Amino acid sequence: MAFIDYYKTLGIDKKASQEDIKKAYRKLARKYHPDLNPNDKEAEKKFKQISEANEVLSNAENRKKYDQYGKDWKHADEFNNARQQSSSGFQNRNTGGFSESEYSDFFESMFGGAGQRRGNIQYKGQDFHAELHLDLKDVYETHKRTLTVNGKNIRLTIPAGVENGQVIKIKGHGGEGLNGGPNGDLIIKFSITNHTKFKRSKSNLYTTVDLDLFTALLGGEITVDTFDNKVKLKVKPETQSGTKVKLKGKGFPVYKKDGTFGDLYITYNIKLPTKLSDKEKELFNELAKLRSK
Amino acid sequence: MSEEKLIRIKHLCKNYELEMSFFSELHDLGVIEILTVKETYFIHEDEINILEKVVRMHKELHINLAGVDAVLNLLDKINALNSKLTDLKNRLKLYEE
Repeated sequence: MAFIDYYKTLGIDKKASQEDIKKAYRKLARKYHPDLNPNDKEAEKKFKQISEANEVLSNAENRKKYDQYGKDWKHADEFNNARQQSSSGFQNRNTGGFSESEYSDFFESMFGGAGQRRGNIQYKGQDFHAELHLDLKDVYETHKRTLTVNGKNIRLTIPAGVENGQVIKIKGHGGEGLNGGPNGDLIIKFSITNHTKFKRSKSNLYTTVDLDLFTALLGGEITVDTFDNKVKLKVKPETQSGTKVKLKGKGFPVYKKDGTFGDLYITYNIKLPTKLSDKEKELFNELAKLRSK
Repeated sequence: MSEEKLIRIKHLCKNYELEMSFFSELHDLGVIEILTVKETYFIHEDEINILEKVVRMHKELHINLAGVDAVLNLLDKINALNSKLTDLKNRLKLYEE
């Protein structure tokens, strides 16, 4: 647990007036307030730090204690006295949606528990943010998953076709409300990794299929992999390398549209034969001569 | 619209320590919608989230309501841009090995 320089946190001098403290806090609060920086954990952390600094320094009595004992906060006896005197020193901490237990260890050591920081205003509880890591194969089908958030198990239905980076909100599964206010929400961001040979754009899938020279030239039938199966595909004669073929409805499930799938786009990559035998070289030469006539 | 999901503004005024004029101004700005049922004013419970955000910005950051409206519009734009950015990042992966 390290000493926290609250003056430095607010970017003010130790001789700053109450007006200077208020101004510095308001300026930083407008910059880092969580409502203005949604999903920005760094801003949230910074906002907590400046709120804590403001709470101590904007109260003349607490500021005096901090100035007097701050650097020597490990002297527990003195702080016990300070703590007893400060139990009603804080009111209405401006945290907007934070839980009460987010003060630094330094603050808790010096000023004790949170006490009554708010009036009787009801506030919605803290929104919890979580990131759920899934494999692309996991989101091919709708499935259920149990998450443990703050010791509580939450059964979650993950719809097929959910996108990488998509955010869903589960109402009422966040922190408890204050003074009887509603619970916060659980906000889950999906992080989907793709280890398959398919590339995905929304519900469409893309892949490259190697085609041998002879099938490309003469046409034929090949078997290609779809995401969950295999299909037979007719190749037209004289197919060029880079030709794209669309397999309708063989792509990825469309989010929240049961039974609807995007398309699978296949790009042909023609593989030329290597290590030609003498006979093959001879035949290719003959072909070349035919083409040049 | 089910009446069960409506919250009396009178109750909200007491709860958040606000005047009725605060809600009227938000209604005029188009931030929330005030509904009148039998001469009683309500807002829909779905608007509580936005209302709390407005209250926090107004009380904690001392932003006037027109300013809050501007901030909310900008946040909507940021959200839309972030969604677009995520979508574009996902599409960019198509071209990365």
